[in-house]
Amino acid sequence: MTSIVKAYGVHKHFGHLHVLKGVDLEVAERELVFVIGPSGSGKSTLLRCLNRLEQPSSGSIEVAGIDMLSPKTDINHARQHIGMVFQSFNLYPHMTALGNVMLALRKVAGKGKVEAEQLAHAALARVGLADRAHHRPAELSGGQQQRVAIARSIALEPRVMLFDEPTSALDPELVGSVLAVMRDLRESGMTMIVVSHEMSFAKNAADRVIFMDDGLIVEQGPPAAIFDTPAHDRTRAFIGQIQQH
Amino acid sequence: MTGWDKFLDAFFNAKVMAKYLPDIVAGTLLTIELAILIVFSGILAGLLLALVRSLSIRPLNLLIIFVVDVLRSLPPLVIIVLLYFGLPSAGWSPSGFMSTWLSLSLVLMAFSEEIFWAGITSIHKGQWEAARSTGLGFGPTLINVILPQALRLTIAPLTNRTIAITKGTALGTVVALHEILGMASSAVSNSYNPSPLILGSAAYLILFIPVVIAARWIETKYSWKR
Repeated sequence: MTSIVKAYGVHKHFGHLHVLKGVDLEVAERELVFVIGPSGSGKSTLLRCLNRLEQPSSGSIEVAGIDMLSPKTDINHARQHIGMVFQSFNLYPHMTALGNVMLALRKVAGKGKVEAEQLAHAALARVGLADRAHHRPAELSGGQQQRVAIARSIALEPRVMLFDEPTSALDPELVGSVLAVMRDLRESGMTMIVVSHEMSFAKNAADRVIFMDDGLIVEQGPPAAIFDTPAHDRTRAFIGQIQQH
Repeated sequence: MTGWDKFLDAFFNAKVMAKYLPDIVAGTLLTIELAILIVFSGILAGLLLALVRSLSIRPLNLLIIFVVDVLRSLPPLVIIVLLYFGLPSAGWSPSGFMSTWLSLSLVLMAFSEEIFWAGITSIHKGQWEAARSTGLGFGPTLINVILPQALRLTIAPLTNRTIAITKGTALGTVVALHEILGMASSAVSNSYNPSPLILGSAAYLILFIPVVIAARWIETKYSWKR
């Protein structure tokens, strides 16, 4: 199987803080990888290094055949292939749902107005929000906002999707709708890297679970192995903690 | 004459007012012309400076901050006088109109740069990250995502500051500019009667009250729920 994400020896320093201490990560096409770990373990930073929202201090990162860290790489072009969904949605509040999805289609993918509108409508329909196209983010629930954010990413037909705690800011009753969209994406064959603590989703949707702590990958494997028979004490302690909740 | 009649004669003398009305109207037109020029050049220059500052080029930013702070510290009158009476020694003699325009534009530039900059930096960094992660470059992100939100936040402080500074056109009287106050004061000296000052005040009200109302309207029009 070919790897669509290849990251080797990734280090990241923030001043004196050593947040990533040499992470190696390969993700196969169509794979869904779950990244778990205590806060401050570096999982979000790792995700943000993959599309270079953070500049790694050292290491190599290749996504969809593009060397993400080469100065010759057109980073804006490369990012079209990497969708990202944030914990706080980050929708543009001055635009409608449709406008949010259309912006990059127009300005990055260079689509005409009519085509961009069709694609944006299709993306919104895919996340079940066809009837909310003309609503502003403030008029949508958190779950709906996050689905618009997913539509904004998938409209660009990325090769990989990164999810940074996509459900952490949501009320419990709204989590399901977002997870349903993610499950649908997974079934369509999207490669996904998800930082999240939604254990039941991880158990039945993830191909692989990675446990990170203190800037390193401590262990990884199929969900059942990591959740039920973790090899390391730190993994066991962490999983014990989140299962109490 | 009773005290009341004296008061009326001094401030609301119809004859004097009628005589100097054309002068005040001419002064008002000049003030409008000057104010429009100041607002355009000052705000445009301020916005450009704020955009340059957002590029985060350190030496350039230090220069911008220095210039802006100097211009915000100096009383506008000092700048006007400096340009009008000082520059001729350096070989350029700007007119009273030019000195006032330039000075107040510089002051408005400085204040509006700070207001625009505050607006830009108050936009949550998640907005930048979301836009950049879809492949949008720095410029398109600034123009399509950040500025529309930032400008909305700047409308109220910017309008207040703009009104305050354009009213400073009255300072042009010290450099022989025939704007409203200049016209009114010379009418007072010629007629030995202060009524033209009332006319002048009325002219300022007619000029600026619509601006204040328009500012309110703009503020409501460009607001959205967050």
